[in-house]
Amino acid sequence: MGDLSNIFLNSVFVGNILLAYFLGMCSFVAVSKNIDTAIGLGFAVIFVLTITTPVNWLIYHFLLAPGALSWAGFPDMDLSYLKLVMFIVVIATMVQVIEMMIDRFSAALYSSLGVFLPLIAVNCAILGTSLFMVERNHTFLESTVFGFGSGVGWMLAIVLMAAIRMKLRYADVPKGLEGYGITMIVTGLMAMAFMLFSGITL
Amino acid sequence: MRIIKRKTYRALVGPVWGENPISIQMLGICSALAVTVQLKTAIVMSISMTFVVAFSSLIVSMMRNWVPRNIRILVELAVIATLVILADEFLRAFYYDISKQLSVFVGLIITNCIVMGRAEAFALSNPPHLAFIDGIGNGAGYGSVLLAVAFIRELFGSGKLFGVKIIPESFYASGYEDMGFMLLAPAAFIIIGLLVWLQRYLTGD
Repeated sequence: MGDLSNIFLNSVFVGNILLAYFLGMCSFVAVSKNIDTAIGLGFAVIFVLTITTPVNWLIYHFLLAPGALSWAGFPDMDLSYLKLVMFIVVIATMVQVIEMMIDRFSAALYSSLGVFLPLIAVNCAILGTSLFMVERNHTFLESTVFGFGSGVGWMLAIVLMAAIRMKLRYADVPKGLEGYGITMIVTGLMAMAFMLFSGITL
Repeated sequence: MRIIKRKTYRALVGPVWGENPISIQMLGICSALAVTVQLKTAIVMSISMTFVVAFSSLIVSMMRNWVPRNIRILVELAVIATLVILADEFLRAFYYDISKQLSVFVGLIITNCIVMGRAEAFALSNPPHLAFIDGIGNGAGYGSVLLAVAFIRELFGSGKLFGVKIIPESFYASGYEDMGFMLLAPAAFIIIGLLVWLQRYLTGD
């Protein structure tokens, strides 16, 4: 249990997928203007990550990893170079499914997320989490927790950012730094704050 | 002829400065920050990126009249993923150390918004040669920001450029210290923010 909660804490705070590894910046900057859309996209990312990371784990460990195909009689097969393609296909499919679901059940959310839903497919955070999961040799359960934790961390960052940006509207930001520039600098300050969590274990 | 020339020129030079993918359009920042601790990794990353974006634009543009609209994203992803695997395997075969340092970030070129964005926004509606040039321009624009950030971070963070000590020993003797902060994640965000400010100031926007 301790291991799992540590992985969770680590992926939410210290190794925050956005603030420490810079993944998922594009949609982060584009969507963090409004807190409601940020929450919507955050949930979408948590959802996609929690599903795709374990699915990709299964695919990697039963089809792609060196020697993974021994159950099918090919112990020498190494298809790990295919992992990029496989992962991205799984992710794209999942995103398509989720897009259809949101379109069916919540028209308001669908119209507010607009073009960003297809962009989740190319959100680096999703693919990055799957790749990190392979690089760090997580087990199945760990990878599920890691995916969920990364999603929570990403959502936390984007919702906080949206809240800060709403306040920033009333701030007197130097011309030229408005919008994108100040967003990056504030993100930097937030990343600094998140670094303080390092060393916390349960 | 003249118009074609102008278009080609615009496709090449526009993305480097006025429509820079990172600093103006805010695309592809993800990988831009993580690989900029050193100039060497930044350069390798820029070259891989230029290769992928140029050829993916070329291929997507060549296929644009045959691919049905509703599956175009999957097709684009397949093209991009193939190119990224080529780049990744090439690096792993010939530059193993750098490939290790870049870790997952070469693979993440697949999901870099620049590649996808150019395929969607430009290659789908332009002939192959223009799309190719546009890809090279965007790769160069991406690379220029990467190099600028990496230059600042490596110089002030570890006193080196391309791994060679630049700050003279006498500086250290008189009390100068490397800014460890530059090597951490937050510094990258702040430098990008300041670069954007500088560019907007220079372009008078």
